[in-house]
Amino acid sequence: MIGKRMGIGTIKFDRPPRVRAWAAVGGKKEKEGPLGAEFDKVFTDTMCGESTWEKAEMHLQKVAAGMAANKCKIPISALDMMVAGDLLAQCVASSYAARGSQVPYLGVYGACSTMAESLGIAACMIDGGFAQRVCAVASSHFCTAERQYRFPLAYGGQRTPTAQWTATAAGACILTAAADDYAPVRITHVCFGKICDLGITDANNMGAAMAPAAYDTLRTLLSDTGTHPEDYDGIFTGDLGKVGSRLLCAMFEQDGMSIADRHEDCGKLLFDDKQDVHAGGSGCGCAASVLCAHLLPRLADGTWQRIILAATGALMSPTSVQQGESIPGICHAIVLESGKKR
Amino acid sequence: MQYIYAFITGGIICALSQILIDKTKLTPARILTSYVVLGVILAAIGVYKPLVDWAGAGATVPLLGFGYTLAEGVKTAVSDSGLLGALTGGAKAAAGGISAAVFFGLLTALLFKPADKS
Amino acid sequence: MELTPQEYQQLVQKHVKPSPLGKDMLWAFVVGGGICVLGQGILDFWKAAGLNEKDAATATSITLIGLSALLTGLHLYEKLAKYAGAGTLVPITGFSNSVASPALEFKSEGFVLGTAAKMFTIAGPVIVYGISASIVYGIILVILGAL
Repeated sequence: MIGKRMGIGTIKFDRPPRVRAWAAVGGKKEKEGPLGAEFDKVFTDTMCGESTWEKAEMHLQKVAAGMAANKCKIPISALDMMVAGDLLAQCVASSYAARGSQVPYLGVYGACSTMAESLGIAACMIDGGFAQRVCAVASSHFCTAERQYRFPLAYGGQRTPTAQWTATAAGACILTAAADDYAPVRITHVCFGKICDLGITDANNMGAAMAPAAYDTLRTLLSDTGTHPEDYDGIFTGDLGKVGSRLLCAMFEQDGMSIADRHEDCGKLLFDDKQDVHAGGSGCGCAASVLCAHLLPRLADGTWQRIILAATGALMSPTSVQQGESIPGICHAIVLESGKKR
Repeated sequence: MQYIYAFITGGIICALSQILIDKTKLTPARILTSYVVLGVILAAIGVYKPLVDWAGAGATVPLLGFGYTLAEGVKTAVSDSGLLGALTGGAKAAAGGISAAVFFGLLTALLFKPADKS
Repeated sequence: MELTPQEYQQLVQKHVKPSPLGKDMLWAFVVGGGICVLGQGILDFWKAAGLNEKDAATATSITLIGLSALLTGLHLYEKLAKYAGAGTLVPITGFSNSVASPALEFKSEGFVLGTAAKMFTIAGPVIVYGISASIVYGIILVILGAL
C-alpha cells in the first residue's frame, strides 16, 4: 500500500508517537473493584461535589486530563490539541470539560470505543507532524448514561444477565512526538475499524452486538501486520463483557486460532463478580480508565513488551433502538509497545 | 383466609409476569400497558369480578385490577348517563389513583435527591 | 470466516446465559403476593375506619401509591425491585414508582420541563391505553344497550 498504510486497513507509524503520561480517575464502585488501588484518584461521592450528574462527568474528565498534564509538568494550555469523547448526546461532557482550556478541541463519538478512537486520531496527528503534544481523553458516568439510554435511577427495573454496567470513570493520555525519550510507551500501529452489524437488536446485550466488530478489526490488524496472538503480551478488548468475550473467542476458534490465553476484556477487569455488574463494565470510561490505570503502567515498567488495545463500541441511539434498528458495532485497535526496548 | 387468597393470587399474577420479562423482549412499559388493557377485557367479559370477590386485594392491587376498576367505572357510568358515561366513567373511577400518583410523584421530586446506584 | 446474521444469532444463543427463571419467579411470587397482602391489610383498615367498599378500594390504591412514592424517594424501591422483578412491577406500587422515579430524576432539568414533562414517560402508555380501552368498552355497552 501507499505511504503509512499496510495491508487492508492498518496504519503503521514511521515515527511512533509516544505516550508520555496518563491518569485514570474513577467512582466508588470502580474503587471497590479489582483495579481500585491503581486509579490515580477516586471519588467516593460520584456527584463529585457538583449539582448534576452531567457536571460530575465533566469534572471527572477535567481531573483526568489535568492530572495527566501535571505528570509531564506541562500546563493544559501548552497542548496543541485535545481529542475527547464521552457517551452523552452531543458529546457535552467533553466539550464542557474543555471549555476554558484554550486548546484546539476535537470532540469524537465512538460509544465505548472512544478512547481508542481518540488515541488513534491523536497518534495520526503527531506522526503526521500536525501536532507535538496531544491529549486523548474519554469518560463515562453510570448515572448520566442510565438516564440518557435507559431508565431513571430510582426506577425499579431488573437487569438481564447480559446487561453491562457503565463505568463511572475517565482516562487521559498525553501523547508526544517520537523524539521524546522520556515517554515510556509507543504507539506503533492503529487499525480503525469498520461498522459491523450482524442484526443484534437487544440493547441489553451490547457485548454480542460488538463482538463481530472486535473480531473483524483484530483479524484485519493481525493479517495486515503478519503477527499472531502469541506475538502480544495481551489483547485487551474494550468492553465486550463476559458474553462478548466468549463470542469473540468462539469466532476465532472457528478460524482455528486461539486467542483465549492472550485475551482479556477491560469490562471484565474493572469489576469483579461480587459487584453485581452482570456481564461486566462498559462505557467510554471503562476502556479509558483500565488503559490508564492498569495497562500503560505495565508497559512502562517493562512487564509487557507489546499489547493490543481493541476498544469496542455499540453505536446505537435510544431512538434507533425504539425504531427497531439493529445495533451497529465498531472496534478500533491500537498497538502499544514498551518504550524501554531499543 | 382472605389474606392467604390475596397472597396466592397476587403472587401468581406476578410470577406469570416474570415469565414475560425473562422469556420475551417485552419492555416493562409494554407489559404494564397490556396488563391494564387485559384487565379491562377480563372485567368486560365478566371473568375478573369473581376473582376480585375471592382474592380481594390479590386481584385489585396488580395492574390488572386497575383495568378492572376502569371497566367497572365505565359500566356504572354508561347505565347512569349513556354515551357520555362511556367517556367519563373510566377516568372518574381511576381519578384517585392517577391524581395520587401525580401528586406523590411531585412531592417525591420536591423532597428527595437523585442518588447513584451501587 | 464470514457469518450470516442467522448463524451469528445461533452462536449468540449458545453463549448467552438465560435469566434464572425459577429464582426470579419465586421472588416475584413472594414479593408480589406480599404487596397484595399489605394491600388487603390497608383495605381492611379503611373499611374498619368506616369507608364503604368502593371508597375503601380507592383509599387503598392511594395509600399504596403514596407508600411506593416514599420508598422511591428513599431509593429503597429500586433495591427491592432488583430482586423482585415483576413482583414490584405489576402491583399498583410499580405504577407509582414509574411516575415518581422520572419526576425525581429529571428535576435537574427543572420542575416544569424536567419533573412535570417527564413524569409520564414510562407510565403514560398505561393511562392512554387503559382509558382508551375503557372508552371502547363503554361504547360497546352503549351499542349493546341500544340493540
